[in-house]
Amino acid sequence: MMDFLLPLVAEGSGATPGGGPIRTAATVALVLVGLFFLGVGAVGLLRLPDVYNRMHATSKATTLGAASVFLAGFVHFGPQGAGLVSLVGILFLFLTAPTGAHMISRAAQRMGVDFWGDVKWPGGEGVDDPTREGIDQTER
Amino acid sequence: MAAEGLLGDVVLFGILGAIVVTLLAGYRVIRGPTTPDRVVALDTIGTTVVAIAVLFAIESGSGFFIDVALVLAIIGFISTITVARYVTEGDIIE
Repeated sequence: MMDFLLPLVAEGSGATPGGGPIRTAATVALVLVGLFFLGVGAVGLLRLPDVYNRMHATSKATTLGAASVFLAGFVHFGPQGAGLVSLVGILFLFLTAPTGAHMISRAAQRMGVDFWGDVKWPGGEGVDDPTREGIDQTER
Repeated sequence: MAAEGLLGDVVLFGILGAIVVTLLAGYRVIRGPTTPDRVVALDTIGTTVVAIAVLFAIESGSGFFIDVALVLAIIGFISTITVARYVTEGDIIE
């Protein structure tokens, strides 16, 4: 039934982690790219001025970095077993990281965390969020 | 089968770099002026630890640590959602 997958297995690429020089080079390149993106996320987390900017830096760069490292795992372990779990991990990261960042930013908005500088929410105060009525509007 | 040669060196370098990233994010956790800052930094630490688990799976050659990384990603997501709900609603389960 799964006969069309047999050439993949027959190459032995999934049975033995590691493999030839091209796979090693690809793994090395993906690990380095992932490390670069993780570092960019950390620099953004340290240097940017408020919560929303920091979230903008980390939620994208860190997700890309971890996804690149997961891809390195996929290249290293081959198209079965742990390699497939790596692909599932990439999918999971791409689904959950934006969701988490959105939840945190909504929580920050409802806590009344202000923007850096004189930036305001678009559309004026509390236009699009009914739950902001409960918050004291005079303090912002 | 452990990774050897160039691959082993690069993966070790990657683990060290990810540890440095974790420590830098820990600075934001301690210092961050507001609670969402700390949550964002903890989320970054969680994602970086996931990357460390994958790198360790490559370095030690055992694919079980990929599962560890996946479970860590799930736990990090749930904890982020939980803290955001707690901050917003005042409690987690109504």
